[in-house]
Amino acid sequence: MLDDFLVRAALAGLGVMIAAAPLGCFVVWRRMAYFGDAVSHAAILGVALSFGFQISIFAGVLVMAVGMALLLNLLSSRGHSYDAALGVLAHSALAAGLVAVSLLGTVRIDLMAFLFGDILAVDRGELGVIWAGGAVVLGLILSRWNALLTATLNPDLAHASGINPKRADLVITLALAITIAVALKVVGALLISALLIIPAATARVAARTPEAMAIIAAALGAVSVLGGLWVSFQLDTPTGPTIVCVAAGLFALGNIAQAVRGAAR
Amino acid sequence: MSLITAKGTGIRLGGRTILSNVDFSIAPGEIVTIVGPNGSGKSTLLRALLGAVAPSSGTVVRKPGLRIGYVPQKLHIDPSLPMTVQRFLNLPDRVSKKQVRAALEQAGVPEIADRQMTNLSGGQFQRVLLARALLCNPDILVLDEATQGLDQRGSAAFYQQIAEVRGAIGCAVLMVSHELHVVMAASDRVVCINGHICCEGTPEVVATAPEYRALFGTGTQGALALYRHDHNHSHDHGHHHDHHHEAAE
Repeated sequence: MLDDFLVRAALAGLGVMIAAAPLGCFVVWRRMAYFGDAVSHAAILGVALSFGFQISIFAGVLVMAVGMALLLNLLSSRGHSYDAALGVLAHSALAAGLVAVSLLGTVRIDLMAFLFGDILAVDRGELGVIWAGGAVVLGLILSRWNALLTATLNPDLAHASGINPKRADLVITLALAITIAVALKVVGALLISALLIIPAATARVAARTPEAMAIIAAALGAVSVLGGLWVSFQLDTPTGPTIVCVAAGLFALGNIAQAVRGAAR
Repeated sequence: MSLITAKGTGIRLGGRTILSNVDFSIAPGEIVTIVGPNGSGKSTLLRALLGAVAPSSGTVVRKPGLRIGYVPQKLHIDPSLPMTVQRFLNLPDRVSKKQVRAALEQAGVPEIADRQMTNLSGGQFQRVLLARALLCNPDILVLDEATQGLDQRGSAAFYQQIAEVRGAIGCAVLMVSHELHVVMAASDRVVCINGHICCEGTPEVVATAPEYRALFGTGTQGALALYRHDHNHSHDHGHHHDHHHEAAE
């Protein structure tokens, strides 16, 4: 069954979504959308690093994503506005990554695959890494769910309940870095944060509790992956961007449905 | 014995002396209000009594096993986070539905467990925070400027609720506020601080003390008299509202 590239692609997409859906909810709740974008742009630099030092792409991207997140926290704590720090780092990381890749010279890298993903070319080994990474992220988040939620709700409230909100920040950042490292193959550096944010933002329309929002986001993510694969197969369009388009279509539908329901009331 | 005792407590933060030589204690069931102008160190004193700030001189002793119910200032919840009142009261630790219902009833908002937190009015929101503090069955309720953002009527009604809760479960209440006349009327004892304790005693004693008048002027005393009058009667809820309306005018 795993011999079929479409089956592997579907499993890869679903593996990423398992992790991205609940994490994406936290990204939305904590207003970290642009943070996710900046960190994922660093992934290209991670790819260059992997080729330069002959380490696995997963490891290179993971290191760069974590480094980027730490650098962001450092810059914003040194008096730069968070917004400006993000703006500087997001674009510099992408530019530096593209320059570094071209400097590698002897190695031929399919840049498009890393920018926009190449889900149809996922092999068995990569599938294993994606599911292992997704499981780690899901485990990290679920095992600390209440603490993360309390810290997200309000840092003072967390303090009063004996929860360290700084640790929650760290868990979210680490989960984000792992997700980016495993999702690179599926949708590419430029579209990873779309997978995090769009299903979660769509789920907000229907959810009444945080748990419901995470579950609905996961379901919407799965529909986007499978629907995007099918549409891209039918229309012969690039798969990663098609998955994101389907997710965006669901977002539009959700909001229109809400508006219609609101008007009817 | 008293629930929290501070002896000769001084606090320095960042090289600046915020408080010096404060003697303070609160007994079981007592309602104590800390008043003081901005920057007088009243919130710092509260945090030191809670144990969030270590005193740089003197001591702060809390009764062993003391259960503190803390009601924060207005809490912001991001509208992107769906959260029912029921779920909010279950964070971070799960409690039974029965406990949630009992706490909401005590806080005066029995019917709102299924509402979204972001759709509550300011007064309802603060009562949910009060309910959350009541869940631990506290020996003492601590309120830090808990009525910021409420209008005068809302504040008065909220403090009336606090007094009712105290009557029902017998906990002590320690509050910090700048809304002097509203808060003081419901207090057994008022402590007026400005870097140190200026004066303390019953609301009447403090309101007429020269140190208090030097800090706040004489204008608040008239309003105090009105609220004091309100406090001495036991009104049903509807009448109570009308009364405060008059007082606010």
